[in-house]
Amino acid sequence: MGKTIAEKIFAAHLRDEPFPGTKVLDLDRVLCHEITTPVAIADLEARDKDRVFDNHKIKAVIDHVTPSKDSKTALQAKMLRDWARRHQIADFFDIGHNGVCHAIFPEKGYIRPGFTVIMGDSHTCTHGAFGAFAAGVGTTDLEVGILKGVCAFREPATIRVNLTGTLPKGVYAKDVILFVIGQIGVNGATDRVIEFRGPIIDRMSMEARMTLCNMAIEAGGTSGICMPDMTTVEYLWPFIKDEFKTPEAALAEYRQWVSDDNASYDKVLDFDLSNLAPHVTFGYKPDCVKPVADMAGTPVDQVYIGTCTNGRMEDLRQAAEILKGKRIAETVRGIVSPATPKIFSQALAEGIIQIFMDAGFCVTNPTCGACLGMSNGVLSEGEVCASTSNRNFNGRMGKGGMVHLMSPATAAATAIAGVITDARTLQEA
Amino acid sequence: MKKIFGGPAIFLDRSDINTDEIIPAKYLTEVTKEALKPYMLEDLKLENFDPSGEKLKNARVVVSRENFGCGSSREHAPWVFEVNGVHTIIAQSYARIFRQNTFNGGMLAIELPKGDLDRLFALEKVGVVNISVDLEGQRVTATAGGKTESLGFEISPFDKALVQAGGWVEFADARY
Repeated sequence: MGKTIAEKIFAAHLRDEPFPGTKVLDLDRVLCHEITTPVAIADLEARDKDRVFDNHKIKAVIDHVTPSKDSKTALQAKMLRDWARRHQIADFFDIGHNGVCHAIFPEKGYIRPGFTVIMGDSHTCTHGAFGAFAAGVGTTDLEVGILKGVCAFREPATIRVNLTGTLPKGVYAKDVILFVIGQIGVNGATDRVIEFRGPIIDRMSMEARMTLCNMAIEAGGTSGICMPDMTTVEYLWPFIKDEFKTPEAALAEYRQWVSDDNASYDKVLDFDLSNLAPHVTFGYKPDCVKPVADMAGTPVDQVYIGTCTNGRMEDLRQAAEILKGKRIAETVRGIVSPATPKIFSQALAEGIIQIFMDAGFCVTNPTCGACLGMSNGVLSEGEVCASTSNRNFNGRMGKGGMVHLMSPATAAATAIAGVITDARTLQEA
Repeated sequence: MKKIFGGPAIFLDRSDINTDEIIPAKYLTEVTKEALKPYMLEDLKLENFDPSGEKLKNARVVVSRENFGCGSSREHAPWVFEVNGVHTIIAQSYARIFRQNTFNGGMLAIELPKGDLDRLFALEKVGVVNISVDLEGQRVTATAGGKTESLGFEISPFDKALVQAGGWVEFADARY
């Protein structure tokens, strides 16, 4: 019997099996941000165990509320900053260099095929795009990860999602993942890894794969995961060129992780996406999805483009293509937050920031803020936001607010019209 | 904090109760568990449920349906229960991270099949439901107005060991 990529990674990292079915894995990356790490730091101090297992495998960023908005968030940032300095965490990103965790860590080349990655953040599953096993965990798992470099999991079964056909023009990774979550349901992948396969994935950029894997948790999945291929190697090449003679050599090495053809799956789902329409959420669960056309005309108060789901270069380009030379509706507040300083700079260089500003958008620094209603775009009671983020829970972006999740292209078209709009109809007009 | 398993129960009759409903993100700026205490289930909208009511205040057990604790990885969700003396959750199923966080803190996330849960929910119609938990014998006993339900439950040996050790930090520190 062959093995899935997740099974291979588990086997290669197994430190201990304290009970049948419980696998304690060695960790390649323990990622930290200022919301979930400070309590772990305080607890380690209280236990007189203020140590780190490896200050190179641990990476840290201040990203959720940055610059700090009040004394409490300033204290969280300070606790993480002081700890990172105290332990000489080699890669720590603070004001001026910081960006959204699930965008900046991959951008720096920290995530490699075959890695085990944890972070005190549910959207850690994003990093599975690189052929890694990447799981969001709570503060206690994070604390043990920081101290011992291990984390315990029930070995997850895998759901294989085969995506075939060719995506129609104007349909993006976000539409794909919203559709897939609609099919699987919010708990359909609990204790499971979602393996994304098929020609649609083979043609996707790393950015699009990250968008896809980012939302695996919204179906309950422990990690999303894609097979490492030449696209993965090319993305990582600047960081691995001293390690391998050629990209082909890197690919040969990374191929060891690819799921065997005779691997066994909990479930295999096949979707031909040749006729997929842009999708959007309604209601308060991410599996409540519909084609955008079915929600067209719904008024929105705010449009938010950014986040660990859709705040990358490709996303900003897609939105800018639609916004170019247009103004957003007077009734709409447009907010765009490039996910990292590098993306921000690149968007400036390409004239994309100017397009957003000319259209009437407010451009913020890289931060998670508005997505979870912490800063930089919180909704008021009864307000509606068209958002490129990943979660539409009741009150997520502010008590009493409604969030509709969508692609950057749909968000841009919605900003222009002031109502939920299929970008393809806008372009035809 | 010493964990106490059992006591008066509150029933939340809905699936997919998420972490934002258990503890809204705006309170994630706190750096101590105790500071979360006033905000338990603050954003949960449910018929006959009052987040500031006596029933929740007195509760030591939460009983709910499927996929309890879905969404964020925030351990603030089990913490807000912990600091309010709710150390036992009973549901049909959990989101993975919430379930792990609960056991990691030395608390119980008990799973019961739907039929057994329905019997607990039926007891609620009788009156205030008191639940006791026998972890060793893996049995939940619920009483209300003279009626009793006694239900066995499954728990993985690892999760049981976490509860007995007092949590994952204690378990891992002794072993790794």
